[in-house]
Amino acid sequence: MNLTPPRLLQRLLRVSLGLGLVLLASLVVGLLWGSSTTDWRLCLRALVGLDTQDDVLPAILWQIRFPRVVLAALVGATLSLGGLVFQALLHNPLAEPYILGISGGAAVGAIIGILLSLAPFPGVAALAFLGSMGVMLVVIFLTPRETGDNKNALLLSGVMVNALCTALILFFVTMTQDARLHNILYWLMGDLSVALPKQIFALGLLVFPCFLTIFLLARPLNLLYLGEEQAGYLGLNVAGVTYLLLGVTSFMLSAAVCQSGLVGFVGLVVPHLLRLWLGPEHRILVPACILGGGAYLVWCDLLARVLPSQGELPVGVITALLGAPLFIVLLQRSRL
Amino acid sequence: MNPAVRLQHVQVGYGPNTILRDLSLEVPGGSFFIIIGPNSAGKTTLAKTLAGQLRPQQGTVEILGRPLASYSRRALARRVAVVPQYTPIDVPFTVLEVVLMGRSPHLTLAGLETRRDVEIAGDAMAATQVSHLAHRRLNQLSGGEIQRVIIARAICQQPQIIILDEPTASLDLAHQVHIMDLLEQLKESRGFTVIMISHDLNLAAMYADILLLLHQGQVAAQGEPAQVLTYDRLEQTYGCVLLVGDNPLMQKPQVTLVPGRMLARTQKYLLKNSQRSSSSTAPPGDGQGMPAQGIGNES
Repeated sequence: MNLTPPRLLQRLLRVSLGLGLVLLASLVVGLLWGSSTTDWRLCLRALVGLDTQDDVLPAILWQIRFPRVVLAALVGATLSLGGLVFQALLHNPLAEPYILGISGGAAVGAIIGILLSLAPFPGVAALAFLGSMGVMLVVIFLTPRETGDNKNALLLSGVMVNALCTALILFFVTMTQDARLHNILYWLMGDLSVALPKQIFALGLLVFPCFLTIFLLARPLNLLYLGEEQAGYLGLNVAGVTYLLLGVTSFMLSAAVCQSGLVGFVGLVVPHLLRLWLGPEHRILVPACILGGGAYLVWCDLLARVLPSQGELPVGVITALLGAPLFIVLLQRSRL
Repeated sequence: MNPAVRLQHVQVGYGPNTILRDLSLEVPGGSFFIIIGPNSAGKTTLAKTLAGQLRPQQGTVEILGRPLASYSRRALARRVAVVPQYTPIDVPFTVLEVVLMGRSPHLTLAGLETRRDVEIAGDAMAATQVSHLAHRRLNQLSGGEIQRVIIARAICQQPQIIILDEPTASLDLAHQVHIMDLLEQLKESRGFTVIMISHDLNLAAMYADILLLLHQGQVAAQGEPAQVLTYDRLEQTYGCVLLVGDNPLMQKPQVTLVPGRMLARTQKYLLKNSQRSSSSTAPPGDGQGMPAQGIGNES
């Protein structure tokens, strides 16, 4: 019988190269385009170190825009990869990175940090990280082991703990009346405006090992599509892989969310879009989500910067404005 | 021949509910071993125990001469393949991709399938007649086609033991015979030990080397089909009336169900006869199965 081999390696290289170029192009556009100057040729000259007779522009490009676009790429990559993993693990197309309470925990931690007047980095970020990891552990601890359907029990525990966190957030927001309220609201809507090089370095250090781990576990993710029982019959240590993926994914999401605030819809839309285009093979989807999700958030952040004539929008507003209609179109085109 | 599977005084349950009680049995290597029994007899629990999915509360399970507990999941999957009763139908992978998943226990964590793996998958798909569906998605197939794909995946695992939980339940007659012939052929040509759960007693009688009749988590009978499928034993185990005759094609028993309406007529006939004459109370028939005469004569 003449069967065509899946040619996975070639596909993997082709997709990674293509989306890698898209991400690179997005980063360059994100660097060159901004509210301070619209002349991209001038920006390009400043970027490559040619004399622009302007000391401010290189500083804007390298110290403000560069960390920001890299942060957007890292956060976008993490959110879309997190969404992909949770959708596969929970067997639920509506699963998104925040479904297990990571957002609620991070928000409570961040708000406490803001109310204590801590610096965005590391103070607020550290408390947000601790909050989200703490909530994640509580959700896992609260999930009954012997229910027969651990996925739904995990989901319900996450939803309930998130609801509790939302009540706390509303309490804090109601009780806060000074300028810190503005900071809290911006954090809750997702904000990439504060990006420091050391922040990027720390985030990269935390998320890259997680990306690699998830890529190595991409084939087990395929097996989990068949259900836990069948995955077990195919030699997979289902409980071990599930908890490892849950832990690694929650860790990287906490690391990203504590830097960016609650950027919604990226983790829902990007994995579905890529699955529709590339199919269900996770060994392709994992790198595709990292590169594609990164590029998507760079563009969203760019729009958040350049759309308003004055100031800028929280990036979460753009991701929601783009994501919701895009998701509806996806729903029409495929049976999610 | 060395036993492929040996159970000694095994007790398995879900929490406080014990399903299998003090079960001891041996499955000879290279045999076609079919487990029958009424609902809730513990057939699927036994299959899950052999597949390492459920841990015995008491007793020991040995697979190919080694304690089951000593196998890692991957090592066990290289020796034992399972075709479960239900397969999720919302799987978006193609048939080829699903069958290739059977190579997972032979690959390293991030290992890619080689051309050889694709060839093995191709052979398995040819054996179960699903080659023409190779590039169709599983969620576009019928129940019977999915079942054949999952059997192909099990063959692709290249195991020594294959456990199937009612594999013919959703298949039409032609595919039932095809799958049973295939399993018999795998047993003959590749030395597979086939352990299968079935509710179809006639199919079981035709193909099994050894039948195991389970009842309330215990062995009610074990042996060749003719030894196990007797009228008394089946009536006692299943709690219904059946006819056990001979299969006209081979020296195997053949079981016929008796519809309730025919049973009612027979009972009415017997009652009437017993009232008419106390001297002629003997029921018609030979005592082996249901009385053939009398059924349907009273209309």
